[in-house]
Amino acid sequence: MAAVHGDAHGHGHDDHHPTGIMRWITTTNHKDIGSMYLWFSLAMFFVGGTLAMGIRAELYQPGIQILEPELFNQFTTLHGLIMVFGAIMPAFVGFANWQIPMMIGAPDMAFARMNNWSFWLLPVAASLLVVSFFVPGGAAAGGWTFYPPLSTQGGLGVDMMIFAVHILGASSIMGSINIITTILNMRAPGMTLMKMPLFVWTWLITAYLLVLVMPVLAGVVTMLLTDRHFGTSFFNAAGGGDPVLFQHIFWFFGHPEVYIMILPSFGIVSEVIPTFSRKPLFGYSSMVYATASIAILSCVVWAHHMFTAGMPVVGQLFFMYATMLIAVPTGVKVFNWTATMWRGSMTFETPMLFAIGFIFLFVIGGFSGVICAIVPIDIQVQDTYYVIAHFHYVLVSGSLFALFAGAYYWLPKWTGNMYNETLGKWHFWLSMFFFNLTFFVQHFLGLAGMPRRIPDYALQFADFNKISSLGAFGFGLTQVLFVYIVINCIRSGEKSPEKPWDGATTLEWTHLPTPAPYHSFETPPVVK
Amino acid sequence: MANSNAIVNITMRKKLLIFTLMMFAFGYALVPIYEKFCEVTGINNLLQPDVLVEENWVDTDRWVTVELDANSRGLPWQFKPLQRSVRINPGEPVDVMYEIINNSDREINGQAIPSYSPTYLDKHLKKFECFCFTKQVLKPYETRQMPVQFVIEPSLPTNIHTVTISYTFFELPDGKKAIRE
Repeated sequence: MAAVHGDAHGHGHDDHHPTGIMRWITTTNHKDIGSMYLWFSLAMFFVGGTLAMGIRAELYQPGIQILEPELFNQFTTLHGLIMVFGAIMPAFVGFANWQIPMMIGAPDMAFARMNNWSFWLLPVAASLLVVSFFVPGGAAAGGWTFYPPLSTQGGLGVDMMIFAVHILGASSIMGSINIITTILNMRAPGMTLMKMPLFVWTWLITAYLLVLVMPVLAGVVTMLLTDRHFGTSFFNAAGGGDPVLFQHIFWFFGHPEVYIMILPSFGIVSEVIPTFSRKPLFGYSSMVYATASIAILSCVVWAHHMFTAGMPVVGQLFFMYATMLIAVPTGVKVFNWTATMWRGSMTFETPMLFAIGFIFLFVIGGFSGVICAIVPIDIQVQDTYYVIAHFHYVLVSGSLFALFAGAYYWLPKWTGNMYNETLGKWHFWLSMFFFNLTFFVQHFLGLAGMPRRIPDYALQFADFNKISSLGAFGFGLTQVLFVYIVINCIRSGEKSPEKPWDGATTLEWTHLPTPAPYHSFETPPVVK
Repeated sequence: MANSNAIVNITMRKKLLIFTLMMFAFGYALVPIYEKFCEVTGINNLLQPDVLVEENWVDTDRWVTVELDANSRGLPWQFKPLQRSVRINPGEPVDVMYEIINNSDREINGQAIPSYSPTYLDKHLKKFECFCFTKQVLKPYETRQMPVQFVIEPSLPTNIHTVTISYTFFELPDGKKAIRE
């Protein structure tokens, strides 16, 4: 870092950076970049959320009310893409940027300039996705999984989506390379791998998963692109290709992808639970091994998304058993979190509430996952609202709740101010209530046979859909409260004590002042 | 210390980038792997002739209706079966005729892709001759009649009384070989 020391400026070493917008465009500081990632993902969360509100408004009652089917399909497609690639993933990378260097005692990320680059690709990709709504033919409308033949037939919007996925993939790969290198090479003396905080461990494994599968996604969208414009026939039966092949390659990426979105949240929860239980994490090493086993297993279960695509029974059985096996390491984790809380001196500040809410609801999502893994049941519930309910339980009350837990937990460290605890608790309880109102009833809708991605439905589904829509509107509004809490905390929050959480034991709390200085750990701490 | 660290980092970045490129290539390698896998396991093997087995057992107690369907997609060919359906005993060899007419003034290469209903019919259907095994080249305004010779085996589940065999012709770009040649 000393190399970038300027000469003409009168600033001290600590705040040598351009001001205004140029500070953010040119920054190589991991904290700045982390903040940008977090703000970006928050903005995308609201874009994706607005699309969700549109979907739920259309489904509020039977018939076509406000969205024509064509536009409805664009909404569901872009809601999925934006939430996965624009909101959840960048939010975790934001946490990684802020926290990993501070938690392992490194001065910054390994490749500071590449870090800047990997962030600034994101707004480009996001604009491509958002602008695609306004091109002739509209945005991609074949579902976030963009299966051919729909994705080989769509218009310009599909090309923009393909390009956006390329860019997002490049950004993720660069981010992962940065994270892996930082963790493996830049730990403070004494910080052995098995002393690393669990958040760092989960991100190390996630980053490996990302470099493993993101290039495959890039490959498959490239094939799609050449099928569309350059006369290849990878997925075109007329030219000897096979559309089912796309599904195999896509889900070879797609299943590890869902663990990419959940493993870092396991890490956040594994930091929050011990802090507020005032006990060390129960079974640290088993947590590490469980995370690694989940990551490895996640690479051999992809075809459970395709049980109805046509597969020999032997294949179905293999993927069914392999999928059910994932419940074992996941169960180890849930057991360890519970055991950490057992007889701890627990207090229930907002981060802890979100972490406990995470455990409760993620377990429900995990169980419905095991149910979906069973071939005959999956054939029944494939593409119904049961699946929608399942993956929102693991992605919203899983990943998103963990992100909220992490945000409340580290906001004092990042800003130096406390958030408003009363409002935080309101945010949690309202989210909890409205989330379950929205998604629990979707289990019933799915079991009764309501298909996903359809703007209209049979009359017998009307009541549950109304409940679900009301819940969704409430959940959406509740998230505006979160934005208020964060801005309020930054601008006029009470000054945070040096260590607001007395149970915290990781380096950023024990070795750094609050708020964390712009440059931290330029001399690495020694970990005993 | 800072310098040696930077070198270690850059070496690691190089390795990870190479790994990334390898995974990109692996995505493409999945295409031939998938085809080989399907070929070895006999999944999706619709475009290769089966070997004629003599003295097949014919289930004369059962009748199955075979509906014949024909489509052409994106090329100016008129394509139809000469009989809409045939009633057969499982195990009995069947001959049906299809006809294509090129309605344009240019020479066109076409390839037919089969599709069955129910989809598991491919396990019980043996085809000995079919125009779909090779590409078809039709001169301007040429008409051609082509046979399909097949057997539906008695192993077909007994609750199935009607099956459909459908062919769709697609245009092959000039110079491109038939799909499985």
